[in-house]
Amino acid sequence: MAETKTKYNGSTEQPKGGGPGGPRGGFSKPKNLRATLLRMFGYLARRPVMLVAALISVVVSSIAGVAGTYALRPIINDLTDAVTAGQSVLPSLVPGIARLVGVYMLMALCTYVQSNLMAQLAQKGCNQMRKDLFNKLQELPLNYFDRHTHGELMSRFTNDSDNVQMALEQSMVQLLSSAITFVSTVVMMIYLNALLFLVTVVLLAVIIFLFKKLGGISRQYYRKQQSALGEVNGCIQENIEGLKVVKAFTHEEAMRTEFRELNENYRSAATTATVYSSIIMPINAQLTNVGYAITAAIGGALAIFAGFDVGGLVSFLTYSRQISQPDSQISMQMTTMLSAMAGAERIFEVMDAEPEVDDGKVTLVQAHWEGDALLEGKEPEGQRQHWAWKVPDESAEGGFRLVDLRGDVRFHDVCFGYVPEKEVLHHIDVYAKPGQKIAFVGSTGAGKTTITNLINRFYEIQSGQITYDGIDVRDIQKDSLRHSLGAVLQDTHLFTGTVMDNIRYGRLDATDEECIAAAKAANAHSFIRRLPNGYQTMVTGDGANLYQGQRQLLAIARAAVADPPVLVLDEATSSIDTRTEALISRGMDTLMSNRTVFVIAHRLSTVRNSNAIAVIEGGEIMEKGSHQELLDLKGRYYQLYTGQFQLT
Amino acid sequence: MIRRIFSYARQYRRQVILAPISVILETSGELVLPLLMAAIIDRGILAGNLSVVIRMGVYMLLLAVFSVITGAGGAKFGAEAAIGLGANLRQHEFEQISKFSFADIDRFSSASLITRLTNDITNIQNFVMMCIRMVFRTLTQVIVALVVVFVLEWRMGIIMVIAMPILAALVGFIMVKCHKLFERMQQKIDELNEKIQEDLVGIRVVKAYVRENHEEEKFQVANNAFTKAGLAAVLRIIALNPVMMTGMTIVNALVLYFGGHMVLSGAMEVGTLSSVLTYIFNILISVMMLAMALLQYVRASACARRVFEVIDTEPAIEDGTVADLPAPRGRVEFRNVAFKYNATGSGDDVLTDVSFVAQPGQMVAIVGGTGVGKSSLVNLIPRFYDVTGGSVLLDGMDVRDYPLEQLRARIGMVLQSNILFSGTIRENLLWGDPNATEEQMNQAAKEAQAYDFIMSFPNGFDTHLEQGGVNVSGGQKQRLCIARAMLRKPAVLILDDSTSAVDSATEALIRQSFRDNLKDTTVILIAQRISSVEHADQILVLDDGTIAGHGTHAELMANNAIYQEIYWSQQEGVQQ
Repeated sequence: MAETKTKYNGSTEQPKGGGPGGPRGGFSKPKNLRATLLRMFGYLARRPVMLVAALISVVVSSIAGVAGTYALRPIINDLTDAVTAGQSVLPSLVPGIARLVGVYMLMALCTYVQSNLMAQLAQKGCNQMRKDLFNKLQELPLNYFDRHTHGELMSRFTNDSDNVQMALEQSMVQLLSSAITFVSTVVMMIYLNALLFLVTVVLLAVIIFLFKKLGGISRQYYRKQQSALGEVNGCIQENIEGLKVVKAFTHEEAMRTEFRELNENYRSAATTATVYSSIIMPINAQLTNVGYAITAAIGGALAIFAGFDVGGLVSFLTYSRQISQPDSQISMQMTTMLSAMAGAERIFEVMDAEPEVDDGKVTLVQAHWEGDALLEGKEPEGQRQHWAWKVPDESAEGGFRLVDLRGDVRFHDVCFGYVPEKEVLHHIDVYAKPGQKIAFVGSTGAGKTTITNLINRFYEIQSGQITYDGIDVRDIQKDSLRHSLGAVLQDTHLFTGTVMDNIRYGRLDATDEECIAAAKAANAHSFIRRLPNGYQTMVTGDGANLYQGQRQLLAIARAAVADPPVLVLDEATSSIDTRTEALISRGMDTLMSNRTVFVIAHRLSTVRNSNAIAVIEGGEIMEKGSHQELLDLKGRYYQLYTGQFQLT
Repeated sequence: MIRRIFSYARQYRRQVILAPISVILETSGELVLPLLMAAIIDRGILAGNLSVVIRMGVYMLLLAVFSVITGAGGAKFGAEAAIGLGANLRQHEFEQISKFSFADIDRFSSASLITRLTNDITNIQNFVMMCIRMVFRTLTQVIVALVVVFVLEWRMGIIMVIAMPILAALVGFIMVKCHKLFERMQQKIDELNEKIQEDLVGIRVVKAYVRENHEEEKFQVANNAFTKAGLAAVLRIIALNPVMMTGMTIVNALVLYFGGHMVLSGAMEVGTLSSVLTYIFNILISVMMLAMALLQYVRASACARRVFEVIDTEPAIEDGTVADLPAPRGRVEFRNVAFKYNATGSGDDVLTDVSFVAQPGQMVAIVGGTGVGKSSLVNLIPRFYDVTGGSVLLDGMDVRDYPLEQLRARIGMVLQSNILFSGTIRENLLWGDPNATEEQMNQAAKEAQAYDFIMSFPNGFDTHLEQGGVNVSGGQKQRLCIARAMLRKPAVLILDDSTSAVDSATEALIRQSFRDNLKDTTVILIAQRISSVEHADQILVLDDGTIAGHGTHAELMANNAIYQEIYWSQQEGVQQ
């Protein structure tokens, strides 16, 4: 719920691809313009030949566009001369027209080549960028995900990468093309008539000034609109998510009334904002027209009194119309560019984040015994597979020695905090001998889950040491470490796919039979059968169509399929009733036999038969020992067990 | 579709009509401009007449002022109409959803309903706004330009008339598949986003199982599919530009050639020729704009389809119509009830052949494993779902015959997912009964063992709860939900595993208060702990969707294996 909350509030998440709608309520500007631009450009430059070809096309088509307008001049002049001179000999129009057609066709061709190439470059570049980003996300440590909401990271892929793609595909080229057009138009205009050009400059300045002023006013209204929208969306989210309760209390009418009010507020705020922002458009257009009229009048005067040629005037007027286009294009594209670069910068920030530290050299290998010697290689088919750590050792033969994977996990004086300033675990000493079941009990927030998060090295400890079969876990390659650990985590997550796919997530090459056997062991088989399509039922939206208890059973089945040497069960059965828990206990026992198991549970019946139980409160181990020892101690565990003390 | 969208502009009919008129006037005004230009050249400059130049200049200025006024009008009416339409549509959809049954909510999922109420409506609204402005603007431009060209020089007009359909056909040819291509691209975007979201949410599982590469592969498949679909759409649309440009250049060349000759032969003036060229340029831009508007329609129509799908959903549960209702006493009877969520799916029944009677004032407890159908069973009483076989009766009448509001008014329900709403504790409790007095509210809070902790907050009943009630603990939340349900003074009170987060001592107090204060209320209770159910008048043991045991605690302990198992599974552990 926490993730979705940020999502629909106001403008944090905009519809894909944006859309017309008000002006941007101020965008965040990129901090390091140059570096970001270069890096963004780097994604285009992966195909240099295409890029160069595209750029050449841009230049050619822009110049051709300007030249095309100029090509009108000789034709019109010829005609004017012919008419004023009363010539009866017809000048041939064909060469002039042919020139004109040639220039425009060249422009059309180049425009196509350029937009085709840029589309490919941009789409492929962004594909690569998204891929880099996603792959990077997989490498980031968990505390990165703790610090950033899902909504925030999602918008790197949606809004930000969308903006970048848009900018790469269009804005970059259009900026260049507009700049070329602008400059060459200016050159042509000065060439045609410098005096008239001065008039144009003054008019342009006035237009730009007015445009800026109006934009400022409309931004204020836009902000009001956004806050009204936030309220509407908040109301929608809360009521739709709680719709079942609304209905249970027949509260529909009150809900509708509230919504009607907020909806009306938004409507009036949005109307005001939009009216202001869209009035700018016609004003701008007409200002341009007025400018055009003034230019035309003055130009006309010049033609009469200063001998300015008519063909020149026609071309000049066309230019004066065109010059406001690249100008407004440039300011529009600059806005897009800047917001794209701000997006790109945020994307690059993620890409540059520190990945999980993984410099361990010890790897996990399959091994088998031959007499007393442990050798690398699989056990014969059908036998339970055996695992070993392959430790680099210069003195050993082949540079490696094999250490039998036994599941001996020890914490030596471990201190840890999610943020360095706030330590949550203090001087933890725990050891699990191979095949033992170690349980952690304690209140919510006592630090139980944290301990298990350290075993698979989701987080780095601040001091102390955790060893696995005598090897510091920091020396073990992360993938190998996690392959050796199976986990059923507190919040079970399922993935889009069938129920079968989700069980198979534990081991990708498991057969259907193995998955079903695992489901039976986890006692999930009977409810799966009753799902709309049995094992082929699609799980969607993180298993929203299943009960929490059912999801936990699936998570257990998933761990059973993985068949790992060491197992971490973090409140794996918290949402499963005691009887079902008792029913799956045999399956769980099989799952746990010959393995080292770490169990975290709220419910004492779950942990009773553990070899050792650690009672954790406030990040410290209060008591430690077997069930009987702890009862004899008559401490906190005894209180818990006899119901004198309740866990919160 | 468009017609249906615009039907939501009801009270904005004036704006819907005025907006296009303004736009048409504005555009027409703009289009007269080149005419004045022609006059300046032909009658002013070429004739060496300055006064004509100045007069025409003034006309142009006036025309611009006219266009600003009409343009502003168009913008205003357009915005009012489009946003008003959006608000109406949003309102209608929201009200429709408020009538949904639980099955409908399940089918769409909350997340999807939220998107359909937010993003989708916004897209439609934007489309309408653009539609009003762009479509009418471009259409006017094309038509007026054509007319003017004809008036100026009909022979030039002929060239245009021949060229236009050819160009339109070309544009049509390019656009025809664009619709599908863009729809496909949108679909691929959704799939990609779904993939990312899922990875983010499940990142711990991904890491725990070292499935990073697996996820990367899945992502890349979706990523490539999106790029492929995107390229297919974009590459098609960019062909528009050069095709149009070529067409227009050819037209230009023809006009120049024939027009030039006409000028030379004295049949046409130079100014007219230059005006004709300007109009051609305008038409080119207009046709391209129209094509872009069509593209917007693709997206908007997909959104509209999703919105109308919601609006067109007839709630799966129809209101009962019997007016003559029995007196509320709280007798609940299940007669051979069968139920499954998807009546046509291949899944097994969730409940089969369930029959029992809860007499008024009795406490009936339901126990059983996870997913055996306990929640499904109680959800049938307030008709959150309808039975697929047999019947459920309240006070002797089938629940399907009750008007829903009357039915649910008799039932107090504490759902498994406890949801509180943002607002004060008082506001939340008053959901149970909006007309409750202060005293009644205090009483309900006391009965639910919530009074003490409420008063321990500095603001007591006026303490503000955040959305979802995140600032109270799980146990406190459950007690508030119980108080809310008790305030209803229902004939039947249903508690679906609603004291799981409350400690045993407090739970015992709540149970005691039920016995003392709800003597006439039928209580149906789902619980995990035997201690919660052992004092019930009857206990139903549910297993695999059927009643596997029925009786009192003592009876079941004597003869029901499942019940015994549940009992023993809890004996060592939390025990009183």
